[in-house]
Amino acid sequence: MSLNVLWFIIITVLFTGFFVLEGFDFGVGIIAPFLGKTDEQRRLLINSIGPFWDANEVWFISAGAGMFAAFPDWYATLFSGFYIPLFLLLIALMARGVAFEFRSKLSHARWRTFWDWAAFAGSLLPPMLWGIALSNLMRGVPIDAHMNYVGGFWNLINPYAVLGGISMALLCLLHGSLFLTLRLSGDLRVRARAAAKRIGVWTTISMFLFVIYSYFQTDLFVKVGLDPGSLPVLAGMTLISVPFLIFTEHDGWAFILSALTIACSTATVFYDLFPRVMISSLNPAWDLTIYNAASGPYALTVMSIVALSILPVVFIYQGWTYWVFRKRLDVGGHLDY
Amino acid sequence: MWAVWLDRWQFGFTTVYHFLFVPLTIGLAFLISVMETMYVTKHDIMYRRMAQFWGKLFLINFALGVVTGIMQEFQFGMNWSNYSRFVGDVFGAPLAIESLAAFFLESAFIGTWLFGWDKLPPKIHVLSIWMVTIGVSLSAFWILTANSFMQEPVGYVMSHGRAHMNSFGALITNPQFRVEFPHVWFGALTTGSFFVAGVSAYYLLRRREIPLFAQSFRIAVYTGLIASVLVAVIGHAQGQHLIKAQPMKMAASEALWHTSPYHAPWSLVAWIDAKDHRNPFDIEIPYALSILSYNHTYGSVPGIEELQEQYVSKYGPGNYVPSVWVTFWTFRVMVLAGSLMIFLAMYGAFRGLRDDEGLAKRRQYLRIMPWAISLPFIANSTGWIMTEMGRQPWAVNGLLKTADSISPTVGVPLVWTTIIGFGIVYAAFAVVDVYLFVTFIKKGPDPERGPEEMDAEALQPAFEP
Repeated sequence: MSLNVLWFIIITVLFTGFFVLEGFDFGVGIIAPFLGKTDEQRRLLINSIGPFWDANEVWFISAGAGMFAAFPDWYATLFSGFYIPLFLLLIALMARGVAFEFRSKLSHARWRTFWDWAAFAGSLLPPMLWGIALSNLMRGVPIDAHMNYVGGFWNLINPYAVLGGISMALLCLLHGSLFLTLRLSGDLRVRARAAAKRIGVWTTISMFLFVIYSYFQTDLFVKVGLDPGSLPVLAGMTLISVPFLIFTEHDGWAFILSALTIACSTATVFYDLFPRVMISSLNPAWDLTIYNAASGPYALTVMSIVALSILPVVFIYQGWTYWVFRKRLDVGGHLDY
Repeated sequence: MWAVWLDRWQFGFTTVYHFLFVPLTIGLAFLISVMETMYVTKHDIMYRRMAQFWGKLFLINFALGVVTGIMQEFQFGMNWSNYSRFVGDVFGAPLAIESLAAFFLESAFIGTWLFGWDKLPPKIHVLSIWMVTIGVSLSAFWILTANSFMQEPVGYVMSHGRAHMNSFGALITNPQFRVEFPHVWFGALTTGSFFVAGVSAYYLLRRREIPLFAQSFRIAVYTGLIASVLVAVIGHAQGQHLIKAQPMKMAASEALWHTSPYHAPWSLVAWIDAKDHRNPFDIEIPYALSILSYNHTYGSVPGIEELQEQYVSKYGPGNYVPSVWVTFWTFRVMVLAGSLMIFLAMYGAFRGLRDDEGLAKRRQYLRIMPWAISLPFIANSTGWIMTEMGRQPWAVNGLLKTADSISPTVGVPLVWTTIIGFGIVYAAFAVVDVYLFVTFIKKGPDPERGPEEMDAEALQPAFEP
């Protein structure tokens, strides 16, 4: 396996980690204003992701920085090209980060309501924007011979991408409500499960429409034929099984399978792209690939050694933080957020 | 030209803004680590309350440092895509390592620290805040490795019109980095120290929680004294390195239009006429520039015009002179702020030797200290403005000009959109941040969070032998 392929896999892993982990805290942020009827309930909801969301977000930053180091042209083209979506994404991430941290610092009702909605918008926008971005990556965007994106903002907003955005947001919403069934107890837990039941249906419908649409909008069909391979099939099967598991109140399994859905879906997107990283809709010769967009072999070697030695340690201590805060949050307990 | 101008303004304001929070984060993380270590070793509940009080202020600040930092990670791609393509092979590596090694560490352990007071044994809990300190310091380490490459490119080879890394070792042993990192890191400690000392002074003046804040003050002022002196010592070494590595920045920071005489005098202040390349008004200290540059009373320092001629023959026609006015004055403001801090820290350290009451009685001095919180922020900002603007017209010294670094496809309207957008959001954050700081400082250490009896109870099992 060449280092270019290895780095494509590392970036895929980082994005997968980001969507699986930050996916549920996006979901919690979206559902919190609706599920939480009282101030304490809203606090419980936010505290359920309190110790985790920041480290979850670093998966995205690492993916971006990894692209910069391993595929500078991918980083340069994507972020200068998807300029306004990235700008909105950054504003959204700023808003939610500050919202979680500041919300309960003061007790004015208006202050708290304001930050609740900032956290809502800041959690809803990123998965939608990522859905839009990934759909466009698969569909291809106008890229010229100098690797520059030459479409505008509205070029990115097409029906296919919008459906991708909605599907992604729903997926995160489902994942987040399932996470809540594991972190909360009593009434809130029951209502989170009920919400997951309803969201699960819509997510499944949306995702399957998206997959069908993908056959028309992307070169997935040309590339793999009618049988899409095991990854998307697994994604579909896990997604279908989630509502059954919710129904039988296997909360833990439902969460694991929704995590698998997200992981397999992300992997499918990257598998579809490979070995390209950005598809030019103008001329296949102008595609960015893991070869023409990459850093030199020396930099890739150094970065491979660094990433492969640091990432396992990250897995361990981040896993440990989930172990430390494994206990359900109780009504009446001390809350830090 | 408009696009370059806007891109530079955006980078400048977002980065200076981000760097208001970063040094305070590093400095406070270190000081809170020290306080909590004292709690764990001395078993004194006061230190726990101390760590929790400063921890609250730390978190308000940390949140903004984190969210403005996300922007930093991506704006190279947004507004500087040609730069990213040109140096990504070299410059991307330290950024990616920063994210993998530092951001994961600090974000995971800030979670266990904030939410783990009642869930983790004290020894593991204190380890969390040390991990945060290590994380934020590693972050500084790697981002300054990247910045040092821009000041003094090393460890690369040019091919196909781009820089490619050929020595990672050279990158992290960059002579520029060896002076830049400790200068910034000790500057961050100074920032945290002056913040803690200033806020403590506010309480001592009001005679609230005197034992807790007298001790906070001592921890801060001793750290601040050591750190601020080291900042100056390393800064001196930095200047001596600058004259070899970036003589134009040196000349500009001294408004030295022509190569100096053998015994170079140093301008304390000057009125600069950048059009006619002269200083109509100038207060000079004889020999001082030679001493600053070479540790001798002799040695001439190359001037702007001579260097400009040299660069034209080396790099082709163009203007290689940075804004002399900005470079000259930011340097002086930084040095003045730094000197004031050393002086205040020395006096405070001397006073800190007294008992709590003796300290609380120095009202004149205590009244100055809250205002002195501004000094490290002034020094940090002016220092960075000097070093970044003094490098112009280069983005990467001698390799890539700033004007050639921007994203060719991102037009002026787009940059206006984001500059206004980030401007509004950052301004709102600043208002909220200051409001929260003032509220929490006025409120003082939280009695609810730390009633002595309850904490003592919670403590019992952990410390029983």
